[in-house]
Amino acid sequence: MLDTAKETYQTAGEPFLDEPKMRVRNADVFYADKQAIFDVNIDIGKNEVISMIGPSGCGKSTFLRCLNRMNDTIDICRVTGELFLEDQDIYDRSIDVVELRARVGMVFQKPNPFPKSIYENVAYGARIHGLTDTKVELDELIEKSLHRCGLWNEVKDRLEEPATGLSGGQQQRLCIARAIAVNPEVILMDEPCSALDPIATATVEELIHELSENFTICIVTHSMQQAARVSSRTAYFHLGKLIEVNDTSKVFTNPEHQLTEEYITGRIG
Amino acid sequence: MSTSTYNSGSDADQRRANRTKKRNAAEKRFQWYGRLSIAFGIACVLYLFTDIISKGIGAFTQTYINVEIEFDREMLRLGEAPTEKEIKAASFNSFFKKTLRAKFPEAQSRREKSQLYAMFSSDMPLILRNMVIEAPSILGTKQNVSMIADDDFDTFFKHTYGRDLNAEDRISRLSDFQESILGKLVDSGAVEKRFNTIFFTNADSREPELAGIRGAIVGSILTLLVTLILSFPIAVATAIYLEEFAPKNKITDFIEVNINNLAAVPSVIFGLLGLAMFINVFGLPRSIPLVGGLVLTLMTLPTIIISSRSAIKAVPPSIREAALGMGASKVQTVMHHVLPSAMPGMLTGTIIGMAQALGETAPLLMIGMVAFIVDVPGGISDPATVLPVQIFLWSDSPERAFVEKTSAAIMVLLTFLIIMNSLAVWLRKRLERRW
Ligand SMILES: Nc1ncnc2c1ncn2[C@@H]1O[C@H](COP(=O)(O)OP(=O)(O)OP(=O)(O)O)[C@@H](O)[C@H]1O
Ligand SMILES: [Mg+2]
Repeated sequence: MLDTAKETYQTAGEPFLDEPKMRVRNADVFYADKQAIFDVNIDIGKNEVISMIGPSGCGKSTFLRCLNRMNDTIDICRVTGELFLEDQDIYDRSIDVVELRARVGMVFQKPNPFPKSIYENVAYGARIHGLTDTKVELDELIEKSLHRCGLWNEVKDRLEEPATGLSGGQQQRLCIARAIAVNPEVILMDEPCSALDPIATATVEELIHELSENFTICIVTHSMQQAARVSSRTAYFHLGKLIEVNDTSKVFTNPEHQLTEEYITGRIG
Repeated sequence: MSTSTYNSGSDADQRRANRTKKRNAAEKRFQWYGRLSIAFGIACVLYLFTDIISKGIGAFTQTYINVEIEFDREMLRLGEAPTEKEIKAASFNSFFKKTLRAKFPEAQSRREKSQLYAMFSSDMPLILRNMVIEAPSILGTKQNVSMIADDDFDTFFKHTYGRDLNAEDRISRLSDFQESILGKLVDSGAVEKRFNTIFFTNADSREPELAGIRGAIVGSILTLLVTLILSFPIAVATAIYLEEFAPKNKITDFIEVNINNLAAVPSVIFGLLGLAMFINVFGLPRSIPLVGGLVLTLMTLPTIIISSRSAIKAVPPSIREAALGMGASKVQTVMHHVLPSAMPGMLTGTIIGMAQALGETAPLLMIGMVAFIVDVPGGISDPATVLPVQIFLWSDSPERAFVEKTSAAIMVLLTFLIIMNSLAVWLRKRLERRW
């Protein structure tokens, strides 16, 4: 096995919680025989916003994609360890990824609406998961989802128009509306604002803040300011290892680990 | 001096100016190469089109001779209310000849008489008979009948008559006697040129004035229908499987290489394969659209697979991720998102493949679709020919009228091809503009 060189390390701070929403133990991720994530242990709390920061290529996206098994779509990717959503092992054979991804939704770095109408975009999840029985219910669900993303007033008169005609920020909020329409428990966001201008970013951040009342949100970000603004806890990754997890304020004012400090002060970038 | 040659400002300016001049000249030259090649291409196409159109346009008109014919009961030996059987048994042949002799008493000798008959299409007695069968009431009356002129008459009237031509430009296979009769007919206003509906309603015939492309068009449509119904689903399924589901390994690499190779195989070889497989092994009949369609399916499959695969490849991966992230299964992702996005490209590839198949001759010759067939095929298992093969067949005939028909059939084939290609362009525009 590759485990010969396995070194153990301690994640600084407080990676563990009582009654977490998701629980990750000894997670390793390999791309073919190259290891990208090393022995990560962390808990993700209910209805918290946790941000993942770290230098480029440190494995933030890879880790995030483990949480709803999006890594399954990459042939060479292999995940080991224990990952639990509440008390369900999400890598268990009996788990249906379709079901899992309905519970753990995802928003991507680049807004990726389907090349269909705005309405169809939001309706898609409800349709494939059979969430509604009637058109009226579906209409309601769509209105509600768009409302929560602050998009309803902007698009209510053009629901049948192609989603690709929206601005970048609107598209990203539409993608969030699409994700929350299936009422997931956790929403994973991989750099959701990196393709947006500052104003659109502010709107999305506001939205994340509001959504945190009902959803658990894991957000990967390159912007430490953003992490500071939206998240209650912050996890710092470095070269595939989870270096430190702490309350956001603590990470940015008084980090425990040397590497974290070097990163937030700009010495690692 | 030695150091300043390179650095001195004015020298560098000079060099740069020279270089700019050269570069601009090269750019202009290059543009001109492009323009010249386009001009050459357009000239070739124009030449081709004018040549074909000038040669073929005549085939769209046909000469008719209006003659008043008395359907004399006596001459036909038919009673008051003849049955269809009786009419069929009546000798319309001799009735026709007698009528002509009465109309044109100037035909005296045997030779003149047979020349007189030969000025009309040899199908005329049959046509008269069918008129009677259809409306027996015309028996005993006089009817104005538009008689189809024989192809020699037709060609002469369309191309030579009334024109002041040199001896070598005259196209005439009419005798002096026939020309004199024609002159009289024209003077009496009995000869007229009309749009040639026969060309579009008849199948092939030995008689040029009766030969049409209906059979070939129907044959082409049936053959293409078989090709489309088989090749589109197979190609799309193959492309989707290879792109979206198949593991990337040696076997799929091997398959991919071979599909690309198949696209380059000369079509005549597919004809041989079809002959060996469908006709010799499976025992299907020769000359039928079903086999033609099967052969053309083999031929067009690689083309459609390749264009479908590139259409699928062009679908951004972010759309797949979005669908998978929503919890769609692999199949749902493909069916709901990848396929609709790739469809315009797939359809374009398919139509272009079909256009190729429509113009294909060689493989169909191999499976016997080159037979002389006078009936319009009624289904995919009736002997048939296709447009390009019909063109091939006619181009081999010596009669001037067939030369004309060859070009006319080419015009029809080109029209179909242009329609199909425009359809491909329109479809792509239309489907892509929607999103
Ligand atoms: N599909 C893949 N195949 C092979 N290696 C991959 C793949 N995706 C990521 N990696 C490798 O895994 C490591 C972690 O990548 P990951 O994308 O998770 O980094 P990241 O922290 O998200 O970086 P960034 O901030 O630039 O997005 C990198 O070394 C990368 O090269
Ligand atoms: Mg990333």
